[in-house]
Formats: sequence, C-alpha cells, structure tokens
Amino acid sequence: MAKYIFQRLVYMFITLFIIATASFFLMKQLPGSPFKAEEKLSAAQLEILYEKYNLNDPLPIQYLNYLGNLFQGDLGVSFQMNNQPVTEILMSRIPVSAHLGIQAMIIGTIIGMLLGVVAALYSNSVIDYASNIISVIGISIPSFIFAGLLQYYLGVELGILPVAFWGSFAHTIMPTIALAIFPLAISARFVRTELIEVLGSDYIVTARAKGVSNATLMFKHGLRNALIPLVTVMGPMAVSLMTGTLVIEQIFAVPGIGEQFVTSIMTDDFPIIMGTTLFFAFFFILIILVIDILYGIIDPRIRIAGGKD
Amino acid sequence: MRKTNWLLLALALVLSMFLVACSGGNDDNAGGNDSGEDTSSEEGGSEEAEGGEPSGEQVLNLIEGSQIPTMDSSHATDAVAFQWLGETMEGLYRLNEDAQPEPAIAEGEPEVSEDGLEWTIKLREDAVWSNGDPVTANDFVFAWQRAIDPETGSEYGPFMMNDVLKNATAINNGEADVEELGVEATGDYELKITLEKEVPYFHSLLTFGTYLPLNEDFVTEQGDDYALTSDNLLYNGPFILEDWDPKANESWKLTKNEDYWDAENVTLETINVNVVKETSTGVNLYENGEIDRAGLSSEFVEKYAGSEDYRTMPEPVLFYLKMNQENEALANADIRKAIAMSIDKQSLVDVILANGSIPSNGAVPEDFVSHPESGEDFRELNGDLITSDKEKAKEHWEKGLEALGTDSVTLRFLGGDSEVAKEMDDYLINQLEENLEGLSLELSSVPFEERIARDEKSDYDIQNSGWGPDYLDASTWLNMWMSDSPYMTMNYNSEKYDSLMQEANNDLLTDLPARFDKMLEAEKVLIEEDTAIAPLYQRSRAYLWRPSVKGVQFNPMGADFTYKHAYIEE
Repeated sequence: MAKYIFQRLVYMFITLFIIATASFFLMKQLPGSPFKAEEKLSAAQLEILYEKYNLNDPLPIQYLNYLGNLFQGDLGVSFQMNNQPVTEILMSRIPVSAHLGIQAMIIGTIIGMLLGVVAALYSNSVIDYASNIISVIGISIPSFIFAGLLQYYLGVELGILPVAFWGSFAHTIMPTIALAIFPLAISARFVRTELIEVLGSDYIVTARAKGVSNATLMFKHGLRNALIPLVTVMGPMAVSLMTGTLVIEQIFAVPGIGEQFVTSIMTDDFPIIMGTTLFFAFFFILIILVIDILYGIIDPRIRIAGGKD
Repeated sequence: MRKTNWLLLALALVLSMFLVACSGGNDDNAGGNDSGEDTSSEEGGSEEAEGGEPSGEQVLNLIEGSQIPTMDSSHATDAVAFQWLGETMEGLYRLNEDAQPEPAIAEGEPEVSEDGLEWTIKLREDAVWSNGDPVTANDFVFAWQRAIDPETGSEYGPFMMNDVLKNATAINNGEADVEELGVEATGDYELKITLEKEVPYFHSLLTFGTYLPLNEDFVTEQGDDYALTSDNLLYNGPFILEDWDPKANESWKLTKNEDYWDAENVTLETINVNVVKETSTGVNLYENGEIDRAGLSSEFVEKYAGSEDYRTMPEPVLFYLKMNQENEALANADIRKAIAMSIDKQSLVDVILANGSIPSNGAVPEDFVSHPESGEDFRELNGDLITSDKEKAKEHWEKGLEALGTDSVTLRFLGGDSEVAKEMDDYLINQLEENLEGLSLELSSVPFEERIARDEKSDYDIQNSGWGPDYLDASTWLNMWMSDSPYMTMNYNSEKYDSLMQEANNDLLTDLPARFDKMLEAEKVLIEEDTAIAPLYQRSRAYLWRPSVKGVQFNPMGADFTYKHAYIEE
C-alpha cells in the first residue's frame, strides 16, 4: 500500500508539472496585460511596465524563470493586489474555503446517505417519494438560489443568522447549508438506487435467513456495498463544491479563494492565476488518490496493487 | 473603470427576481414613503445645508464593491484605492464641497510665477504622521520621485505626471535622473514645483492620490513590505486605517486620527467597511440595519424608488459609441450622424439602466467644469449637440448610402460581456437596425481585457465604450479625440478639431476664459459637425442611504466621497 501511494504521489507531481506548463502557456495567450488602469496607459508607458516586470522576455525564458521560482516554493507577487505575496494569499484564504467545503461535504453526504437508506428501506412509500422530491430539487436548483432564499428568510425576515460575513460558527451555517444541498441530493439518489439492488441480492437474503439483525444487515452488509458508486461520484462532487464556493462565497461575502480565482483571470493577474490553478489541480489529484484508496478499504476486491509483488 | 463580472450580474438578476417576489409581506422597508417622488438627487457637494447636530454613536458602516487593491499611493489607480487613501492620507490640497481645491497640508494658496511654471507652496507646520514625524516638504519630493521612477513600475505615476512636472517624461523613459524632477524642498516646510508647461488644472491635480506625500524613512525601512497591511503604513489624514490585510480579510476599519491637524472638525469616530460584491446581499444587510449605504442595480430601483432612503448620484462618467473611420461607411459623416440620431437615448436610460442616468448629447458631462468667468456649466453652454431624431437620421442615412453608392451596410459591433452591457448592446443594435434600413450589425460580446486589446488594434467598426475623468478640466474629455492622442483608435483625423485643441492646450493656457471658449468650439466640431462619436448617456448610481447619515461630500474625481465632515444625526 505504501509503495502504491508513493507511486501515485510521483505521478501526481508529473501531472502537476504538465498542468503548470500548459496553464502557463495558455495564460500567456490571454488578451491584455496584468496592469491596472490599462485602458488609460499609452503604449509607451505600457512598454516601460512590461520591461520593469520582465514581461518582454521571450516566453521560454519567462517559463523557466517561473519554474525556477516555483521549485523554490515562490509563487511570486500579485499585480492587482499590489505586491502581496501569492503564497500568503493562498495560505490565508484556502482554509476558509476548505472549511466551508469540508463542512458541506460531510453534512451533505451523511444526511444524503441517511435519506437514501430510509428511502430504500421503505421504497415506494411516502417517505421514498419525499426523499425523491428533495433530491430532484437539490440537483436541479442551483445552490445560489438556496443561498439567496436562506439569506432573505433566515437572515432578514427571521433574523436568526447573520446575513453575511465571516468570523463565527454562525456565519458558516447558511453557506454550508447552501453548499450541502447538492452533495445531499446526489448521495441520497445513489445510495437509494444502489441499496435497493444490494438488498435484493442473494447474500443479503442468505444473511437474513441466517438471522442477522436488521441494523447489522443494513450497515455492515448492505450500505458498505452500496457505497462504491457514491465514492466514485465524490470526486466530481468535491470539484463541484469547489466551483460552488465561488458563487456562495460571493453571496455571503466570505473571504475565500474562489473569488480570487475569477478576479485574477478577469484581470490577467498571472501569479494568482498560476497559484490558484496549481492549487485546484493539486486538490483534484489528491481527491482522486483518496478515492482510489477508499475503494480498497470499502471493497477488498478492488485492491489496485497487491501487497505481495 | 470598474470591471464587472457577467456571472455576478446574472446572479444578481436571478436573485433579485425572487427577492422582489418574496418581499410582498415585508413592511419595514416602506417606512417614510410620504415623500412621494422626491428622490433627492444630490447635486455635488454635501447635502446638510440646513445644518444638523451630530447625535448618537458616531459610527458609519459601509460596504465596498471590492477589496482595496493597494494603499501605496504610487501604485493606486482605482476608485476604491483613492477613496480610502483620501480618508487616511492628505496631500497639499483637498477638494471642497464645490469641487474646488482647498488647502490641506499646504498652508494657503500657492504662489504661482508670471509664466505659470513655478509654484511655491508653504506647508503647515502642525501636520504629523501617525508615528509622530512632522509632514515636511521632503515627503512630497520623495513621493513624487518614487511615483515617476521607472524602477517603481507605477501605472498612474507617469499617467498623472508626464508632461506636467518638469522632466517627468524623460525620467520615466530612463533618459534623465529622478533627482531632476521638477519638485524641490526649499525648506522643511516650503515646496517649489516646476512644471513642464503651464497646466491650467494643476491646482486640482494636487488633490489627486498620486500626489500624496510619503514618509521617506518609513517607506525605505519597510521596503517591499510597505503598504502590505495597515500596520505597514503611516497616516496623516482625518482617519487611521486598522485591520486591513487584503491577503486574508475582506474588511477594514477607520478610526478618527486624534493627531490630525484639523481633528476638531472630524466628528465620525469609526467607519467600518466590509467588501460585499453581491447587490442583493448589500440590500439585505441594509434592510437588517447592519450598513448605512447600499448600491442598487436597476432591478432594485423599482422597489425602492420614492422611499426616503433612495438616492441617486450623477457621476461624471460618459458612455458613447466609437465609430472607426477606417471603415468606408463610417468614414462618411452622414452615416455617423444617422447612427447617432437613430438611438432613443431616453428609453435607454429609463428602461435599461433605470438608475437616474441621463441621456448625453455631447462629449463633456454635466456638472463637471464651468466657465471661469460666468460660472456657467460647460454642458449648459454648448447644449444638446446631437439628439435622438429618427426622421433626420433617415435623411442622413439615405444621403450617406447614396454617397457610398450602396443600399446596405454591415458593421461589426464590439461590446462588453456583462449582463447589463449585453442587454444594452441588444437594445442599441435593435434600434439601429430598425431605424436604418439596410444596416446590419454583427455583435461580438467579449470580456473587458479582450475589448481593450481589440480597441488598441483598432479591430472594430463600432464599439460601446466609456470614460471617466482624470483631472478637473474639459480637456480630460477632449484631448483623447485628437488625431495624435494615444487613445485615438477610431482613425478620426480632423485638422480643424486638432488645431482648436492645440490652441487650447498651448497658446491659450494663460487666457482661461478664451481657452474655455475654444474647447466649447472644439466640442461642437467633434459632435455637431463631425459626429465622430455617438454620445449615449451619463451614468448615475442609485443607492439606499440611511437618512441619519449627514455631511457626506460627493466628488467629481478622485475619491467618490469625502467623510471628513460626515456625522450621524439619530
């Protein structure tokens, strides 16, 4: 297992290197310059700025310089947020986004799973239909609609939760709920469908015949097998949470990483674009790795590399 | 120029739809509706002329549309940076309620030499930095040299100083030493400024953020860390900035500066600012009483217009269509006139924008500059130079087509990709194609950076474009249409216009009334005769504004607002 993980980590760095290279050259194709008030600067003034920030060097030279700094852990400084080090921006903003994302993921999948289990146990009952409706709403209505509704009713009308901003646990509740709706709906659907199938399979019937209790049957034998497809979708789900936070952070005025990413692309802030792209890529690859490892834990048949060779 | 994210606008629109729908049962926002249609728009300057007394807690809670990009005055370029620099730092002069410079760190009015090139300014001796150092003439010399030094890489330094301060252009190009800049400390509290040529608006330029002083010892000691957080800054203005760290937070706080030389005239104790980008979030916060002002987009205007809290603020920002004369059809003045006249501008501002914006019929906005002798507004003097007139538009159109020997014209229309821009461009194209038979427009909606890039390459036929002023003089609007201007991308080349503006910019610098008349004449050539651009509208902003907040001053350039004299009257 350790060897497998090590191997995967090596692949991860190769992938990151390729992503860094591709993004660097793609980013340089963006129109415009990273400078502020660009529309007011004359060509001569822009030229002086390009020279000062070494943006006139041939692309391969710029690329090598960038890689050199990257290997030393230096992501450069932002253009739009004058001179602010990118590493520090990422370091102070990622925890905020991660806090929301992880909280939403955990709450969403746990409630979703429970909902799915209940729906599967009482399939084609009122409870099942209710759970179905919740899932459909959750999947089809975008999270920012929920965010707006929550903000208006819980924040303004009832006044029980802060409308926006960041600081206390209370501030995290509404953004978390808004973000959790999607993973909740997805997990409920997957768990229900899969569990109904599993519960009808031979080994469950056998176990039941042997007198295994209902709870053990459900959680030890049933749910464990029903989780495989859920784990598979958790990767894309985590990614959708990442993009979901862009919007949710905006609505609740949360100082996360999402809006930095959007703004940086709009303004050609090269160092921030690279920093956030690399972070998102790293995060995505890491999620895939974690999922592959989870497969092995949930279903021993899918151990990717055997312990013996 | 503010860059908007189309996604956010889309969200705001969608959100607002159900917010408006939801708000039926909410009765606490309709209070004080008896003022009817009186939406008290502010005509520049502060509104508390009746005179009130400060009462209650002197705390102002605001939101801002974006983070302060930088608090380093050499690098500041945008409205947000100039806003908070203006509250926490002070230069030689500041703008008063009538948009005129009044002495700040300067002790009185400048002494100007006969030829207008040498300015001697005495500084007050009781102004101090927040570390206790006195504010001296050297602080200005250091700051201005830093802003123009190519090593600093400042955007607005050369933009504001080239061709204004002596040797600025040469220094920025690396052809002269930074010490040769036309500014000199002739004593601890006396500053001598030498100009490259006479600049009629130099006095108001001295109120601009790029001309703020910097404490040399402090800035040098901080090095690359200067202005990274509120702890890496020194202040000499009415307020002190606290808890500002753009790496981590989206909020900051201003507290009254007790050591400020004019502290006795500052009433507010605290200003709390949070970044909120979403309009609906701002409105919700306002409804909850957490903030004292929220900007409104057009879909909220309908809900709040007429309420006591609703207020619109005209801005000196113009929008117009640029017509590239490289295109054969657009090189024809009749075609350009037809285009400019066929758009119903009143419906554009009433229906699409709905925020108090007004139709524009010239190249210089309302309430921006007035005649040095009579005091009459530039816009009023020149009046409407081109108005919506469908019949006349058709006449010009047919005349133009005849001259071109064709019956159809196809043009590329370059527009922005924000939700509002798209809606507006659709409207414009609809109007043009409907009123001008044989005209077809191909719209490309592109992001801001791409639009700028295409503009620089003259890669468009018609472009929906806008401009905000950089100094208080009509030439900030008119210079860019000269054929040798760096902003001239639409190949408009009129000898008559160029020579009128040349005269205004050179020979007439010592005769300001004649200069003003010359620029009035030039605007007539530009719009009435040549119709080089098709004016669309002058922008306004709509706000929810707590009526208890008084004394906020509105500025036509630099910082949007001044809070020095603001107070709360409960």
